[in-house]
Amino acid sequence: MEDIKLLKGNEVLAIAAIRCGADGYFGYPITPQSEVMETLMDERPWLTTGMVVLQAESETSSINMIYGGAAAGKRVMTSSSSPGLSLMCEGLSYLAGAELPCLVVNVARGGPGLGSIQASQADYFQLVKGGGHGDYKLIVLAPNSVQEMNDFVGLGFDLAFKYRIPAVILTDGIIGQMMEKVTLSPERPRRTEEELAKECGDWATTGRKASRGKANLANSLFLDSVDLEQHNLHLQKKYREIEKNEVLCEQIQVEDAEYIMVAYGTSSRICMKVVEDMRKEGHKVGLIRPITLFPFPTEIIAKAAEHSKVILSVEMSAGQMVEDVRLAVGCACKCRVEHFGRFGGVVHSPAEVYEALKALM
Amino acid sequence: MMKVEKISENMVYQKPRLITNNTMHYCPGCSHGTVHKIVAELIDEMGLEDNAVAVSPVGCSVLAYNYIDIDWVQAAHGRAPAIATALKRLMPDRLVFTYQGDGDLAAIGTAETIHSLVRGENIVIIFINNAIYGMTGGQMAPTTLIGQKTATTPYGRDTALNGFPYKMGEIAAMMPGVTYVTRQSVDKPAAVRAAKKAIKKAFENSIGCKGTSFVEIVATCNSGWKLSPVASNDWMRENMFPEYPLGDLKNNG
Ligand SMILES: Cc1ncc(C[n+]2csc(CCOP(=O)(O)OP(=O)(O)O)c2C)c(N)n1
Ligand code: SF4
Repeated sequence: MEDIKLLKGNEVLAIAAIRCGADGYFGYPITPQSEVMETLMDERPWLTTGMVVLQAESETSSINMIYGGAAAGKRVMTSSSSPGLSLMCEGLSYLAGAELPCLVVNVARGGPGLGSIQASQADYFQLVKGGGHGDYKLIVLAPNSVQEMNDFVGLGFDLAFKYRIPAVILTDGIIGQMMEKVTLSPERPRRTEEELAKECGDWATTGRKASRGKANLANSLFLDSVDLEQHNLHLQKKYREIEKNEVLCEQIQVEDAEYIMVAYGTSSRICMKVVEDMRKEGHKVGLIRPITLFPFPTEIIAKAAEHSKVILSVEMSAGQMVEDVRLAVGCACKCRVEHFGRFGGVVHSPAEVYEALKALM
Repeated sequence: MMKVEKISENMVYQKPRLITNNTMHYCPGCSHGTVHKIVAELIDEMGLEDNAVAVSPVGCSVLAYNYIDIDWVQAAHGRAPAIATALKRLMPDRLVFTYQGDGDLAAIGTAETIHSLVRGENIVIIFINNAIYGMTGGQMAPTTLIGQKTATTPYGRDTALNGFPYKMGEIAAMMPGVTYVTRQSVDKPAAVRAAKKAIKKAFENSIGCKGTSFVEIVATCNSGWKLSPVASNDWMRENMFPEYPLGDLKNNG
């Protein structure tokens, strides 16, 4: 039987974590995502599934708790909002370097600095391009509904373990706070120690060295630079593999479109309305919604650019994803690429996007 | 085969079974090697080889995982107690310990250290206090003594400029969730035996989930101090022990 509920995006993150067999959540309160830990503390999953929930003293600490849990092969998750993610960048670099799987959620708010508590998409660079030091990538999922907030918890864990890489859900205060109807994920039990040993036995630091016959190590240190280059080549190969296999993207009325918007998350919901309005007026308008920001739907955008006059990247930022759209389109293509968006916590209205696109026609 | 048996028959001392054959990078005379030996012996003697996860710091002992043959997690600078927290919470029956220097534990990792003590995590923290940053070439540590010369206090630690050394052991002892705090050294055989007994007790506390155990080892860094190993031990006894007196600071186990 389907389990349908009316829930906030933040609440469903917590419920989905319990239902998909997460072993641990470690976090630190910050608006607009504190409901995630509050819901978990209210649900008390340690009494049912045995899931550990802990309030850390900072995001620096919570991401390192994630590092510890991930090292042991556990399904661990944290959530925060933009200033917290800045503190987590050190840990994300170490997690990527040590190839540890985990799930990190950013319910983004306006920046820079303490910024505001309103929704923003200005953390695209931070999570898609890096943020921490070194050449690394994270899998970045961008939900645009409460349903996808639910679905991407399980998907994020699966991808993280498939590639031994941190997966990130990059969302914002609007999706975190809004209530929608959601079909909950089927319940899946936490892995037993035997299942974990089978799945992660050749790397997880479970402390079972003698039974395994060899010690495991979670590490990102390679003192010999030739070794470190080899490690980096291995990471790059994995990232290319992810680019080949894991792109997720929704296309709305793109086939015949002459004017295409590219938007993710909250902004994509606004752009859907613009497509509807403009199509009614007979304009050939479409929307490409990247669901994975890394891997980015480069080929889909490049192909669409061949038959379109203008591509407008619509983001709640001063223009970050637009750089990837430009790279996808390439300078040889005649299609013009522009950016539109309100930012600093201000959300553009469908009317503003309509005007911006109209001005380019 | 015959030959091996004969050797072991006459053997009076050997490398602990869980110390690997990797060449140790520690300077001759450094306390790290001795503490590693104690830890490896204890894990073997206590039958914990199949039940132990350790966390290595950033500092001279960053490569501890190369020497003690158990599972290790290599931490970012100062973050070991947060990592150990999760390991122990997610695997409550394991021995989980961190091994950290004074810069790692008492400077950059102060928050992670204090809050693992505040929560009374069932982990062991082994704290190597050598009053200097060994790995980066002998700069001032939070535990550097007043007047002590280091690469960043070339005229000696000046309290007006650098503040005062502080005692993390005493801070640890204040926390209700902390069970056992002791300060030891490894400068002579009797001290090594005492330190081993202390770490054994700490390991038992972690296995029994009795709260945090904090074992500080007042240690030498002969390279950083620019003294011979023997002179380092003398300097430590003369200068470090008065500031960091040895003995149990708390024992509720
Ligand atoms: C974030 C960060 N800052 C600085 C460093 C450089 N660093 C490496 S080890 C170290 C100090 C180590 O001293 P201590 O913890 O006392 O250990 P010891 O080497 O004396 O055993 C520093 C500052 C680093 N690796 N990472
Ligand atoms: S520099 Fe100091 S702490 Fe590091 S190995 Fe040498 S003596 Fe030991």
